[in-house]
Amino acid sequence: MLRVALGSRVDLSFIRKLGEMNFGLLLLLCMIAGIGCAVLYSAAGGSFDPWADRHALRFLVGLGLATAVAMIDLRTWLRWAYPIYALGFALLVLVPILGVVGMGARRWIDLGPITIQPSEIMKIGLILALARFFHGRALDEIWKIRWLMIPIAMIVLPVGLVMKQPDLGTAMLLMAGGGIVFLLSGVKLWKFAVAIVGAAAVVPVAWGLMHDYQRQRVLTFLDPDADPLGAGYHILQSKIALGSGGILGKGFLQGTQSHLNFLPEKQTDFAFTSWAEETGLLGALVLLGLFLLLFAYGHAISLRSRSQFGRILAGGINGLIFLYVFINTAMVTGLVPVVGVPMPLISYGGTAMLTLMFGIGLMMSVWIHRDVTIPRHAGGLGG
Amino acid sequence: MDRREDDRQRLLNRRTMLLGGLQAGAFGLLAGRMYWLQVVQSEQYATLAEDNRINLRLLSPPRGRVLDRFGVELAGNRQNYRVLVVPEQTRNLGATLDRLAQIIAIDDGTRARIRRDVERQRRFLPVLVAENLTWDEFAAVNLQSPDLPGIQLDVGEIRDYPFGDMFAHVVGYVGAVSEKDLTGDPMLALPGFRVGRNGVERIHDLALRGKAGSSQVEINAFGRIVRELNRKEGQPGADVVLTIDAALQKYATERVGTESASVVVMDVHSGDVLSLVSGPGFDPNVFNVGITPSHWRRLNNDKHKPLINKPVSGTYPPGSTFKMIVAMAGIEAGVVTPDFHVYCPGHMQFGNNTFHCWKKGGHGGMNCLSALEQSCDVFFYEVSRRIGIDRIADMSHRFGLGKPTGIDLPNEKAGIVPSRAWKKAARGEPWYDGETLSVGIGQGYVNATPLQLAVMTARMANGGYAVVPRVVRPNGETDSGGDLRTAAQRGFASIGVSAKALAQAVEGMRLVTSGGRGTARAVQIKEPGWQIAGKTGTSQVRRITKQERLTGLRKEEDIPWEHRDHALFVCFAPVEKPRYACCVVVEHGGGGSKVAAPIASDVLRECQRLDPAGRPGRDQVVDRRPGGA
Repeated sequence: MLRVALGSRVDLSFIRKLGEMNFGLLLLLCMIAGIGCAVLYSAAGGSFDPWADRHALRFLVGLGLATAVAMIDLRTWLRWAYPIYALGFALLVLVPILGVVGMGARRWIDLGPITIQPSEIMKIGLILALARFFHGRALDEIWKIRWLMIPIAMIVLPVGLVMKQPDLGTAMLLMAGGGIVFLLSGVKLWKFAVAIVGAAAVVPVAWGLMHDYQRQRVLTFLDPDADPLGAGYHILQSKIALGSGGILGKGFLQGTQSHLNFLPEKQTDFAFTSWAEETGLLGALVLLGLFLLLFAYGHAISLRSRSQFGRILAGGINGLIFLYVFINTAMVTGLVPVVGVPMPLISYGGTAMLTLMFGIGLMMSVWIHRDVTIPRHAGGLGG
Repeated sequence: MDRREDDRQRLLNRRTMLLGGLQAGAFGLLAGRMYWLQVVQSEQYATLAEDNRINLRLLSPPRGRVLDRFGVELAGNRQNYRVLVVPEQTRNLGATLDRLAQIIAIDDGTRARIRRDVERQRRFLPVLVAENLTWDEFAAVNLQSPDLPGIQLDVGEIRDYPFGDMFAHVVGYVGAVSEKDLTGDPMLALPGFRVGRNGVERIHDLALRGKAGSSQVEINAFGRIVRELNRKEGQPGADVVLTIDAALQKYATERVGTESASVVVMDVHSGDVLSLVSGPGFDPNVFNVGITPSHWRRLNNDKHKPLINKPVSGTYPPGSTFKMIVAMAGIEAGVVTPDFHVYCPGHMQFGNNTFHCWKKGGHGGMNCLSALEQSCDVFFYEVSRRIGIDRIADMSHRFGLGKPTGIDLPNEKAGIVPSRAWKKAARGEPWYDGETLSVGIGQGYVNATPLQLAVMTARMANGGYAVVPRVVRPNGETDSGGDLRTAAQRGFASIGVSAKALAQAVEGMRLVTSGGRGTARAVQIKEPGWQIAGKTGTSQVRRITKQERLTGLRKEEDIPWEHRDHALFVCFAPVEKPRYACCVVVEHGGGGSKVAAPIASDVLRECQRLDPAGRPGRDQVVDRRPGGA
């Protein structure tokens, strides 16, 4: 009976797959994106134009994308894991040659009708590739440093390219996201300790390689009050907006700091601040609570999956979204430097939304194909 | 499912739990941070948020005007058409300025300053590009403004002196606020605020400034005003009414022409200064617009010293204009009596020195009146020798010499009235009697400002009352009718000089202009009832050498300007019932009778024609100088 039941979820028809989609997860996403629309509506001074309406549209497009991604068999994703990584890597290499400069950094490639940001592809590609790699490794292999060289190279190479763009935020996300995959895959904990100590030792070297504006951000983070009208302006204004919001907030559409433009980037990086100013600590905790539920869902999907690839993939995507939320919140509350990481589903921005929904799609694919078992060497050599 | 796969999955389960725990911990940290910001420190941030949102702006009050005694505007405010640029609104500052330069002149220095200002402040704050544009220029920029991104037009107020240099020294000028002017009054920090730098603008600066109003505005982070919450109107600066008569000032200024000269005309009973001319003048408008360094150097290095207010800041040996003081001191001392005569052979021997009279052949027998009439030096050598320096000093002090008159103008000099005590204090040396003789003819250590000499003359003319000169009318109102009270009726104290002594001095001065041998008989006013009484003076700038005295080769035209004598003339009118006193000093002008007296006579003639003291209000429209308006 059980076998039949399990087997029945291995090769599903398209309609069955649609029915298997995780509607609880989708409901959560809709609630969070709804808050996002409300924030953007308020940020525009009580208007759907120019952000809230487009944000909603993008979310719907993202839902379509996630559904499409979820329909694709997990084994197909396993097969495509390395090619997607390779594509992302190749585009990253091409950025310095073909890239378009925007906001002081070269991050985009213009492909005529659309511009793409290879570092976004790499976020998904890296998780996929690492999941596939660790899927194919036995525990005793994972415990050997020799075998870890390959995934470390898989992380370091794109991180190096992204750093050069320069995009400190994405580089950190890639590194931390990779680290989470390592953690889930069972790499010995002492190795993380060594890596952290090693990273600390690398700080002086990294400082030397940083761009002036990146150094300024770090310095500003360390003492934002020193130059309140200069680089520390963003952090200080964000803290003022949050603090003045109090427990219950100033009321929807009543946020003085964001409406009077004291709050910088109120529709993108600092959207959370805008929300917390207007709805106070209560609203902020509600939003963070919704995200916590999302992560719990992600972990449930991960634990329920029968394939190591699916488990690592779902856990990795889950970890990546967590990193977005954590870094963004920590950034606007002055816990970490301003690195330009948006709040998922809240901040206005098309590329980040599509990346996120693609990741959600992968998580749902893991859920739909949770009973699919994949042999350790299914992917062939190195897989 | 093999055992190793099982291990791997169990490890992943544990690691997922660990990760979940870490995530929960991280969210706990975030929640704690939010609690800290939004609950614990909320009040503090709420205050900061208010500060962010509400900005108190000061409203600059219009500066008070300076008017002449009949209400003619000598200093006012006119609209200042300015062009500003907001850096954040311009795509390319250089290109915008290039396009603007096709309409109005922008030189390289201005460009450098704009660039400096742009770098110094936040990019949404406007930077001044050009000001004092003509209406045509302003309109042209306005017309082109769609093609000039970031360019803003603005109409401010700027100080205006419609008469140009005519009142430069009395009215003074305003300038930008400097570091040392800052008293903590936030009004001083307003862009474009001006403070009085000289003259009445400086002395009465606080009254002229007024009180700043304020406007509480809600602003956004770009500093743009969203709306006004509260407005408190300021108090415009008070007008200052001068005692000067613009019509007389205009006449006197033009009469002096290009000479380095002082003209002071005052009412002998009220002390009102009716005209105060310091030549050459300068245009005070250049100071509030911002004087160029080369222009400043030119004004400063000019040997005619246009920036010095000569009537109050210039000190000159009074020369023979001092002789009335010596005569009166002699009368009070009982030395000069109606029978007192001195024979003038053209020189006088004292110790080892020979003191010369200006007239080489000598004047012969002289009494007090003839000595004043002909300005005999030997007579006054003898009188001063007999009475001594301290009696002369005492008389000088009573006529206002040797200390500032107390006029309400800056940089007034005290002059010097030498005495034994003065020399001990100033030089640490005893007084030598020979020095008394030099002082007796207004040379040597003694010196005075033209204003002091005018006050001295006024006190003789008004019967010995201590009038104090003033340039600002005390009640702040224009003159609406002749206030002809005498000095005594106005409460001025007597200076305690006997009527006998004063009468001799006045009669001597009358003879100077009316006597058959008077040194200034050529300048007497013809109109009946307007006659003047005066005294010429010629003060040496450089000692006459023995060589020159022997050869007689000392023609004014032959020596350099800086070495020529100062020409002085003090006078009052009308002789019968004095009302106006006048002092003219022409630096390096030569002889007092030749150069200074004609000017003084003409000025007093015009003064009596205009009769500012007796005139009932404003009946004279003063033409503004061409280009001044």
